[in-house]
Amino acid sequence: MSINATLIGQMITFALLVWFTMKYIWPPLFDSLEERRKKIADGLAAAEKGQEQIILAEKKAKGVIKEAKEQSSEIVTLAQKRANEIVEESKDTAKKEGERLILAAKAQIEQEIQQAKEGLRQQVAELALSAAEQILGAEIDKAKHQDIISKVSNQLG
Amino acid sequence: MASEVHAAEGATGYIIHHLTPLHFGEGFWTLHLDTLFFSAVLGGLFVWFFKTAAEKATSEVPGLVQNFAELLIEFVDNQVKDSFHGHSKLIAPLALTIFCWVFLWNFMDLFPVDIFPLIGSLMGIEYLRVVPSTDLNATFAMSISVFCLIIFYSIKIKGPWGFAKELMFQPFGPWLLPFNLLLKLVEEIAKPISLALRLFGNLYAGELIFILIALLPWYIQPVLSFPWAIFHILIITLQAFIFMVLTIVYLSMAHEDH
Repeated sequence: MSINATLIGQMITFALLVWFTMKYIWPPLFDSLEERRKKIADGLAAAEKGQEQIILAEKKAKGVIKEAKEQSSEIVTLAQKRANEIVEESKDTAKKEGERLILAAKAQIEQEIQQAKEGLRQQVAELALSAAEQILGAEIDKAKHQDIISKVSNQLG
Repeated sequence: MASEVHAAEGATGYIIHHLTPLHFGEGFWTLHLDTLFFSAVLGGLFVWFFKTAAEKATSEVPGLVQNFAELLIEFVDNQVKDSFHGHSKLIAPLALTIFCWVFLWNFMDLFPVDIFPLIGSLMGIEYLRVVPSTDLNATFAMSISVFCLIIFYSIKIKGPWGFAKELMFQPFGPWLLPFNLLLKLVEEIAKPISLALRLFGNLYAGELIFILIALLPWYIQPVLSFPWAIFHILIITLQAFIFMVLTIVYLSMAHEDH
């Protein structure tokens, strides 16, 4: 057991190993590690960003939905209002139409009353005349008493 | 160490046999072929595994291999970021290499002590010591390399004069210059020595205990080697971790300007 030339041989081997490791082993492995670390970091950052975007989108969607709700309720209110108006309008029209019909009917009734009255008057006059004829007999001359008869008839009217 | 007493028989012989490396050459120019071979194979394993992961590296969903490689990369990177605040392209890969390589060295300790020597003896290899971290050469090679880097970065960052000033005037000011110098030199030299000896000591002792357990009757062996192996899983990881962290700390100290 002594120090001898083996030492030199070992030193050479060691130097070669270190050189090889430094040149061909450490850099690629270390770089791939670093690269992966970076990739993971990037991925995490992207995921976080995505999360934020989702939150933003959700907020936006909520806003849109709220707006739409407001608009729809506005539309419903308007429609109800309009419907009420239409109902009121038609009520009015119907009322007027009814009144008009009533008036027309009344006028027609009046007219018919007048006609009936006229008819009755004629008949009464004729009856009175014939009654007077029967009472007076043939003495009364239709031509002589014409103006009396028309006076009576006028008074009846 | 008594590496020459090959002939001894019995328990001592068994232990010595297990702790003797497969060597080649004489004197300083001796090469521990097993240490060189196994650490190179383990280094190759490490490089092959991570190269496979690096080639397939994608920032998409990672596969099993990439996942494991990234686990280690992140672990090492966190350690580096915790103690080193400068900017360096070398330190993190260096720390990764140290952690994985030392861990694999130590892991060889968990194989049953006789398996590899048995295979070796079948192939005609007399001695085989498979755990590179039980060889001082291996641990010192690594710690001395780290030491060279410490000196290199100290001079590079602080400048030759700045580094010299730090050695001479700290911590007690210019009036105690020789004392400062002595203290600093001891401090600096203690770094590689403590790094190497800590790893070597832990693993050598661990291996020795496995060998001692292997000497016991077979029916006692599992009772002892099982808990020791489990404990060793902790030790081998911890030693690899300590070597790595201390390297990072020493290098970050070299980068800090006082």
